Amino acid sequence: MYKSWWKILGAVLVVYSTIAGFLFTVPPLPILHQSIRNLYFHVPMWFSMITLFSISVYHSIKYLSNNDEVHDLKAVQSINAGILFGILGLVTGSVWARFTWGQAWSFDVKQNFAAIAMLLYFAYLILRNAIDEEQKRAKISAIYNIFAFPMMVVLLFVLPRLSDSLHPGNGGNPGFNAYDLDSHMRMVFYPACAGWIMIGGWIYSILFRVASLEKKKLVSSVTTQK
Amino acid sequence: MKKLITTLLMLMMAVNLFAQGEGSPIADTLAGSEKIYVVVVCVTVILLGLLIFLFSIERRIKKLEKKS
Repeated sequence: MYKSWWKILGAVLVVYSTIAGFLFTVPPLPILHQSIRNLYFHVPMWFSMITLFSISVYHSIKYLSNNDEVHDLKAVQSINAGILFGILGLVTGSVWARFTWGQAWSFDVKQNFAAIAMLLYFAYLILRNAIDEEQKRAKISAIYNIFAFPMMVVLLFVLPRLSDSLHPGNGGNPGFNAYDLDSHMRMVFYPACAGWIMIGGWIYSILFRVASLEKKKLVSSVTTQK
Repeated sequence: MKKLITTLLMLMMAVNLFAQGEGSPIADTLAGSEKIYVVVVCVTVILLGLLIFLFSIERRIKKLEKKS
């Protein structure tokens, strides 16, 4: 978490994918046209959100097994970072949808379920704030988090596939793989995903460090008052 | 009677609706040029999100500095 090589790597990959994402060739596509380049920006948001939520589940399980409050703090902060990416994914998705599907929010199954998945995690934060006692809060929210994760996966990857959706990879729609097998796009898409996941990890580590400093300050101020 | 008159009055009015009118100039520009500006908007949104994050973390650090 404190080493910087992977942050530099993430920054380099994101810068590369942004430049290459605008300049490299893309296959000619109907309706999408050049907006297919959004694949390098919109999709990695979701990937880093899922990675951050997985990190959070890992720490929640860790917390339940050894009751170390550091794990609780890590779980919350990775959720916070994940929510940032989720919101960015939703907004970029609806901008993209406005100009390809015709409406920013067409109540497509994928859009609706993605929004509900975000609400699941907002509920997590609200649940935490509702409980005053620290250990109880940590334990209950860890359990909630472990259950919310599979729900999020089902909402994003299983349910949309069962009905028709405009979003690629769902319903009768093929995934982007059907036409982006074009190796030029892969050369940008994979580094973009890796880079944004690392940036997500970086944001999470900064949030965690600030939060643990705040906690330390709080504890020391309480003890000095006594 | 009142209802009848209102109904008649309403029948006399005709409002033209254009489902596909000229649209706003902004939307037209964004959809033009093979929709490349859609990508520009999305990149800007992501950048703004990261900047908002920076400001929020800055505020929290300022608070920490004040306390110490």
